[in-house]
Amino acid sequence: MTKQSATSTLELEDFREEHPLVETARMYLRNYSAVMGLIILSLIVVISLIGPLVYSTDPFEMVWAPFTKPGEQGFILGTDYLGRDLLAQIIHGGKVTLAVGCAAALLSVFIGITIGSLSGFYRGWVEEVLMRITEFFQVLPTLLFSMVIVALFGASLPVITFAIGIVSWTAVARITRAEFLRIRELEYVTASRSVGARNIYLIMQVILPNALPPIVVQATLMVGSAILFEAGLSFLGLSDPNVMSWGAIMGNNRQYILLEGYILMYPGLAIFITVLAISLVGDGLNDALNPKLRKR
Amino acid sequence: MPDPLLSVKNLTVVFKTRFGEVPVIDDVSFSIAPGEILGIVGESGCGKTMTSLAIMRLMPEQGIVTSGSIRLSGEDLVFASEARMRGLRGNEISMVFQEPMTSLNPVFSVGEQIAEVLTAHQGLSKSEAREQAVELLESVKIPLPSRRVNDYPHQLSGGMRQRVMIAIALACKPKVLIADEPTTALDVTVQAHIFELLHDLRDQTGTSIVLITHDMASVAEMAERVMVMYAGRKVEEGPVEEILTNPLHPYTQGLIKCVPHLMETISLERQDLQEIPGIVPPIRHFGRNECLFAPRCSFVENRCLNQRPLDSERSTDHLTACWVENTNNEKVFA
Repeated sequence: MTKQSATSTLELEDFREEHPLVETARMYLRNYSAVMGLIILSLIVVISLIGPLVYSTDPFEMVWAPFTKPGEQGFILGTDYLGRDLLAQIIHGGKVTLAVGCAAALLSVFIGITIGSLSGFYRGWVEEVLMRITEFFQVLPTLLFSMVIVALFGASLPVITFAIGIVSWTAVARITRAEFLRIRELEYVTASRSVGARNIYLIMQVILPNALPPIVVQATLMVGSAILFEAGLSFLGLSDPNVMSWGAIMGNNRQYILLEGYILMYPGLAIFITVLAISLVGDGLNDALNPKLRKR
Repeated sequence: MPDPLLSVKNLTVVFKTRFGEVPVIDDVSFSIAPGEILGIVGESGCGKTMTSLAIMRLMPEQGIVTSGSIRLSGEDLVFASEARMRGLRGNEISMVFQEPMTSLNPVFSVGEQIAEVLTAHQGLSKSEAREQAVELLESVKIPLPSRRVNDYPHQLSGGMRQRVMIAIALACKPKVLIADEPTTALDVTVQAHIFELLHDLRDQTGTSIVLITHDMASVAEMAERVMVMYAGRKVEEGPVEEILTNPLHPYTQGLIKCVPHLMETISLERQDLQEIPGIVPPIRHFGRNECLFAPRCSFVENRCLNQRPLDSERSTDHLTACWVENTNNEKVFA
């Protein structure tokens, strides 16, 4: 009896550590540039969501003479080549830019995880076929390919999002596959099999959750590159004419870049700051989620 | 002897390696009765773990069963469909692994992992499964089970995790539990608790246990019958007292001589621990028609190098595969 109680107090002694998520958050907050990135990004998101309600000038409406200089006539950033309020365009454009970036990143993460997990889990001919497809998409000239898609199916937001997503999933697929190859050999996967787990359960519940950290990092960074990609397409004129995005502002005023360069500077700066903030967040997540990189 | 619950007959498993096809399990037969505890002993690389994985049909891809049968209550597992195997695993036959630190999924609480087995096999609802999970944690003697059920694996000690693994393995009351070195990664004190737990659970549920270990002392403590494996072959099999007091194969004798406190019960005068010289032969030597233990054996004869020794029954239930022992009836081990 005494032996029994002695062991139970021993075993009760707390082996508790922090929950992994708490620890990750702590690691993240220790990284000042990552915190800065998160603050800037949150500000941009808040402005993009609430800004249009506060500053309700229609970005498509001609409000004054074209090329009004910043500050004149009460237009803080001036007007563009059609005399539309630039500040309104920047504020209204943020929502679209961020939405396209996130949606495209989500799409490519979805495609990438599907392809990567199937090939990493089943190996064999499934892996061969899927990885050859991945390599095919890797060697495609991405900008050209998405331009072709937009040119074929028309410049609407869903098509542009699809065109960006379809060319940028390869990195996620390769990362997911690599993680699956590593994790499928671990003991808890065999242990799960030994109590009769189905393949779908092994993929979705056992391996994927454990493979997520590097995928999350990649997905974050991909939002940034999708925004850049959208800006690139818009700059070349392949933007949805019915909505305003930062890239579209640059595309619209492209011809006047030498005369009135400051017009392109505002959306460019907005894109630059947003993508930088996203990169800082991504790097911060990478350091916080990847214990091997932590101690540098 | 009652009808065997699990019987393995002439099982041969080959691995495709760069040396060609190599039998990692070479014509091994054994059986286990309901409620019995069988110990499988041998050094690393002797095919113990592969035997258990073959029974579970969880072998690595390069391993192929080329002959023999594995019958569980009469059903041959070698030819069972994959879907049937999934139904059997966890339900009729379960396994506990060597490394409790890495054999639980780190992202789910232990309660969720136990409940998953119950919902998958027995169709219990989420809340029923959760209640059962608490009961199972209690049955493997985890203190404060209703609190521990929400813990994640990293919050538990090694011994506790192994208890959780046992709870998962026994969740659906399987007929056979394969315990693959369940205590090797644990402290000696915790080892005693785990063995005690396995013994108690066997007494309560009547589950047969296959205990795989490299330690003769564990076998002496736990098992009722022993099978000694060397280089993919069975070299000796028999009841535990018989094997410990009258080991016939030089390898078994060597394994016993390696264990400190066991030796005292065998012979008081011999105090030095003895090692078995040499190591397990490389895998490319497996399957040769010779005694694979010969290079390490001090009783080696010409015949040992020319022909594989066959199983022979020395006394009731006591089998051994050794030429030297077969020719002279006296105890080789003085």
